[in-house]
Amino acid sequence: MSAVTAHDRPAGFSFAQYLTCMNGIVWREGLRFVHQRERFISALVRPLVWLFIFAAGFRQVLGISIIPPYETYILYEVYITPGLMAMIQLFNGMQSSLSMVYDREMGNMRTLLVSPLPRWYLLFCKLLAGAAVSVLQVYAFLLIAWFWDIEPPPIGYLAVLPALALSGLMLGALGMLISSGIKQLENFAGVMNFVIFPMFFASSALYPLWRVQEGSPMLYYVCLFNPFTHAVELVRFALYGKMNWVSLAVVGGCTAAFMIGAMFAYDPSRGLSRRGPAGGET
Amino acid sequence: MRKPDISIHDDKTDGLHDPSGPEAAALAIEGVSHSYGPRKALDNVGFTVRSGSFTALLGLNGAGKSTLFSIITRLFGMQAGRIRILGHDIQREPGEALRHMGVVFQPRTLDLDLSVTQNLLYHAALHGIHRREARIRSDEVLSRIGLADRLGSKVRDLSGGQMRRLEIARALLHRPRLLLLDEATVGLDVKARAEILGHVRRLVTAQGIGVLWATHLFDEIEPDDDLVILHQGRILAKGKVGCIVAKAKVRDLNSAFVQLTEPAPGSEDTVP
Repeated sequence: MSAVTAHDRPAGFSFAQYLTCMNGIVWREGLRFVHQRERFISALVRPLVWLFIFAAGFRQVLGISIIPPYETYILYEVYITPGLMAMIQLFNGMQSSLSMVYDREMGNMRTLLVSPLPRWYLLFCKLLAGAAVSVLQVYAFLLIAWFWDIEPPPIGYLAVLPALALSGLMLGALGMLISSGIKQLENFAGVMNFVIFPMFFASSALYPLWRVQEGSPMLYYVCLFNPFTHAVELVRFALYGKMNWVSLAVVGGCTAAFMIGAMFAYDPSRGLSRRGPAGGET
Repeated sequence: MRKPDISIHDDKTDGLHDPSGPEAAALAIEGVSHSYGPRKALDNVGFTVRSGSFTALLGLNGAGKSTLFSIITRLFGMQAGRIRILGHDIQREPGEALRHMGVVFQPRTLDLDLSVTQNLLYHAALHGIHRREARIRSDEVLSRIGLADRLGSKVRDLSGGQMRRLEIARALLHRPRLLLLDEATVGLDVKARAEILGHVRRLVTAQGIGVLWATHLFDEIEPDDDLVILHQGRILAKGKVGCIVAKAKVRDLNSAFVQLTEPAPGSEDTVP
């Protein structure tokens, strides 16, 4: 055997090797997504139901005054579209972390964790892959929404990309942070209910904050300090070629904080170490 | 009181002593202990796996084999002791240590929804191997392991034996110097077991890889193998199989194992 073994290679890893690793993880996540058609369809159906049914029903009830970034009166469907885009990412972030818990329980996560590249980098790549998948879902949603007369300016489709990438990372990191505290898959459903729904409803996704303030000042502050609100606003402004700097700062800061927290908190042996290795291993 | 160990740590004839020291051994484990809460799973475990040798880690279910594997692969943090892979300390140089190691875990860790080739390409990417090179290597390992005709097959369509062979191919893709296999033949039929074991033994002789083969099956161990007997987290014996059998003054390995693991009369182990 004339093969060059790992022992003969120089120590450390090159930038190209890091990039190869990242490509591989993103590629694999993409393949899994393509293979799981039901996941793709359900990711689309959920916001479309909100858009086609909920928004249509509430169009007459909820009037929207002219607020930035809009320069004219808009339909309620137009208003909630950025919120639904962020909702896709919120669900996707939680779904990714759910699959991490599943992979950890089933043993698939070991393949990733025995890679010689730094563990923080591997987890970062996982997050990036999840965000990339969520961006694809959002664009598919926007394509369908276009036929429903949701027509942001053409530049918005491009400008929203970095905003989606950042919000996707933030929500993915939040999901990973939450999953790092989950020992077993069964516990995750409760967490989904305690995280997804409060985050979504206590935000500016469905109604502008000034409306919330009129109804309940306390809820207004809850919404204001909800990072999801800022993800929605970042996406909303970017979709119209504008920038909301406060939301950018909040989403950027939360992304960094959640990521650092997740990388410190993520313990591959969680769920294994107390009861010993899984599946009858000894 | 347990019977005295027949482990010979400093005897160069035990077969587990690497004359060039632990730095050069494929795997050197020193004083590793691990507890799950109050329960001690490993107690001061230490042995070496020489390059180009087949070392069997024999133990019953619950002996601590998988815990040891989880520590070597860094899935579990190290509580006490030291592990080096080709001289690289897994705590201080984890990247260098892991790049020299291929591992087949006891549970299947393949992605069932991906094809055979896609699983290998994913693994290659995790080791920073470029796609073009990865394709060449995956074709090479698959033909060597007899799966060249299943490149595009979904993994879930493979038989249990084929999946195991694929896991071994995957573990070899980055050309490691140390191969760990944790109960790799569990659940396979006799023919598949023999094929996999034969293939791994050929790797030792043809490529000089150090192999640590965890098992609870005596018939997978040959008289010339290096052997470590792990029982209830402690090493009861280590050395060449023949040497252990001779020292136990019994006919075969099976009898030696029974003698070693049999609780002494009046010991805690005999209390129901």
